[in-house]
Amino acid sequence: MNLFADALAWLTDPANWTGPFGIPTLTLAHLTYTLLALVLACAVAAPAGWAIGHTGHGRSFAVALAGAARALPSLGLLAFLVLVLGVGLKEVATVVVLVLLAIPPILAGAYAGIDAIPRGTLDSARGVGMTGWQRLWRVEVPLGLPLLLGGVRGASLQVVSTVMIAAFIGLPNLGTYLIAGQRLGDYARMLAGAILVAALALVLDGVLAVAQRLAVPRGVRMATAAVPA
Amino acid sequence: MIEFEGVTKRYSSASGAAVDDFSLVVPRGTTTVLVGSSGCGKTTLLRMVNRMVDPTRGRVLLDGEDVAGRDPVALRRSVGYVMQNSGLLPHRTAAQNVAVVPRLAGRDRAAARSRSLELLELVGLDPELADRYPAQLSGGQQQRVGVARGLAAEGDVLLMDEPFGAVDPVVRGELQHELLRIQRELSRTILFITHDVEEAFLLGEEVVILSRGGHVEQRGTPADVLAAPANEFVAAFVGAHRRDRRLRVDERDGVRLVVDGRDRPLGVLTDEAP
Amino acid sequence: MRWALDNLGLLGQLTIAHARLAIVPVAVALLLALPLGALAHRVPPLRGTLLGLAGLLYTIPSLALFVLLPPMLGIPYLSDLNVIIALTLYALALLVRTVTEALESVPPDAVASARAIGYNGTSIFLAVQLPLAGPVLLAGLRVATVSTVSMVTVGALIGVSSLGSLFTDGLQRRIVPEVLTGVVLTALLALLLDVLLQLAGRVLMPWLRAERAVATA
Repeated sequence: MNLFADALAWLTDPANWTGPFGIPTLTLAHLTYTLLALVLACAVAAPAGWAIGHTGHGRSFAVALAGAARALPSLGLLAFLVLVLGVGLKEVATVVVLVLLAIPPILAGAYAGIDAIPRGTLDSARGVGMTGWQRLWRVEVPLGLPLLLGGVRGASLQVVSTVMIAAFIGLPNLGTYLIAGQRLGDYARMLAGAILVAALALVLDGVLAVAQRLAVPRGVRMATAAVPA
Repeated sequence: MIEFEGVTKRYSSASGAAVDDFSLVVPRGTTTVLVGSSGCGKTTLLRMVNRMVDPTRGRVLLDGEDVAGRDPVALRRSVGYVMQNSGLLPHRTAAQNVAVVPRLAGRDRAAARSRSLELLELVGLDPELADRYPAQLSGGQQQRVGVARGLAAEGDVLLMDEPFGAVDPVVRGELQHELLRIQRELSRTILFITHDVEEAFLLGEEVVILSRGGHVEQRGTPADVLAAPANEFVAAFVGAHRRDRRLRVDERDGVRLVVDGRDRPLGVLTDEAP
Repeated sequence: MRWALDNLGLLGQLTIAHARLAIVPVAVALLLALPLGALAHRVPPLRGTLLGLAGLLYTIPSLALFVLLPPMLGIPYLSDLNVIIALTLYALALLVRTVTEALESVPPDAVASARAIGYNGTSIFLAVQLPLAGPVLLAGLRVATVSTVSMVTVGALIGVSSLGSLFTDGLQRRIVPEVLTGVVLTALLALLLDVLLQLAGRVLMPWLRAERAVATA
């Protein structure tokens, strides 16, 4: 446990909290890449997933995409894109890989959210005379939101993890402590970096978990909480 | 008035017709009940009226106008529709669920809300329940909200797709009598479908007995059908041969009792007007 | 293609090392997940705790776990064992949830009727619950296998050889075909194991094909 004590000492050393490689700067960099990738991926994947869920077309495409994305190693994609685009564009390469990784789970969440709505509910929305757009915005999107956010949650884990890997192509973020530590033989620094990334991932997941819970409409929460007599 | 003119529906070219050359007139202000087992095409017929289903051949007319020429969304807003499992939106309260219909028709929030509360009172829902979510209501209460939402449509046609099929018999009885009361007040043009003959006889001024493919076996008042079943199918379906349908009068200690074929007393015969 | 043909020996070695680093964790995780998942299914108060812990574990990025584990367990940082244990924990986190949900997917009527005709606890689990939980279990096992194959590559960053070494090496020496070969072989290995699992499922659960035939008829 000596190593953990060293890591703790490293984490509490004020010298490591300032400068371009200080903890706040690198945490912010890690978070910025993560959120940018999630926002871009949502902008693409949520409408696409809603379209699949609303029309019922393209479901097998979404399933195949999710399977393929799981099989592709993110480190390999990153290395490939950096070599193809050139090291000068490593930021672009990283964001592209992050967005590609985040799209499948968000897409799946968006269409699964609509898929999980009982047929009768959608049927009656049609029956009272809602247009396709009204059904989408007033029924399908709000009722499907919790599962969509579940998809975002899954994507955020992958993205936080892959941003860390991007430190190996020279992007400064919390993964940088790991590489620097490895080079210097400074295990305390590596451990501190690992602890920081794990903490960031847990906090982000926690925030999204709360958002997911809040996204469940009140009436639906009651349905799952207490079955009426 | 609803008119079906020789409508046929095939869901795919390979399968047989779900409904084959069906014609019917539902006069304004009356209740017509389509009754038949599952697979007789009754739900298909009902859903043709608000264009949830379009016929492959034939026409459906509402007050003389072919529905095929009307915008489906506008049509559905004007026609009331009540479904078996209420079909309420789970993220809206009872009052909001009913208010959806006037809101879609362009009324403002306050007007929609007061109309909604008025209708919930009409269907006998405790006003305290208006702001509850469907999940907080019993099956019977949800169904009342479903009926209120159906009545919220501005047109006079009300389509009811086995609305009381999923509630227990006691509550079903209450809801059926509630519907009879409401219909006496409002005189809507109701097309009601069920697989329950008793329900059809109770609610329908005219009943239409269907077999597979929307084939009409017999139509008429409940009394006509029971008195003279058109064929064996109808007789079996309405249970004309059933011993409990064979009633007779039995006098006991000067009181005239009505008893069924198994000698179970059903009631007392009087000369008083009901 | 040329690059791949010139390095067949290396590729064979790395593929075998990669397969070992992926298969061992998934197999060990499955063996551990069955009793844990059964426990979570049978003892509802434990369900939340176990699944919560699994979720928490799954949240930690793999690269961070490679660094966190050695000082905790007293194992060397640069070792196959480190990668195998870390990936076992990931697969376990996925599979405990899968086993629990798979057991929940078994119709209670089937279990009740098995009990009524005289099966006892263990035999119900082995003869009724496990086979009926099979489809959900297989789906989860496939996900765990494919993602483990992909995650093995991250081990290359701490120096553990696998197909991921082609990424780090190719990046350093700027050989695009090397990186590309690594991506393709990793995906192919994942696909191969996935197909094998599907075949195993078909052999072990012959009744599913009959059900599907009835459903589509």
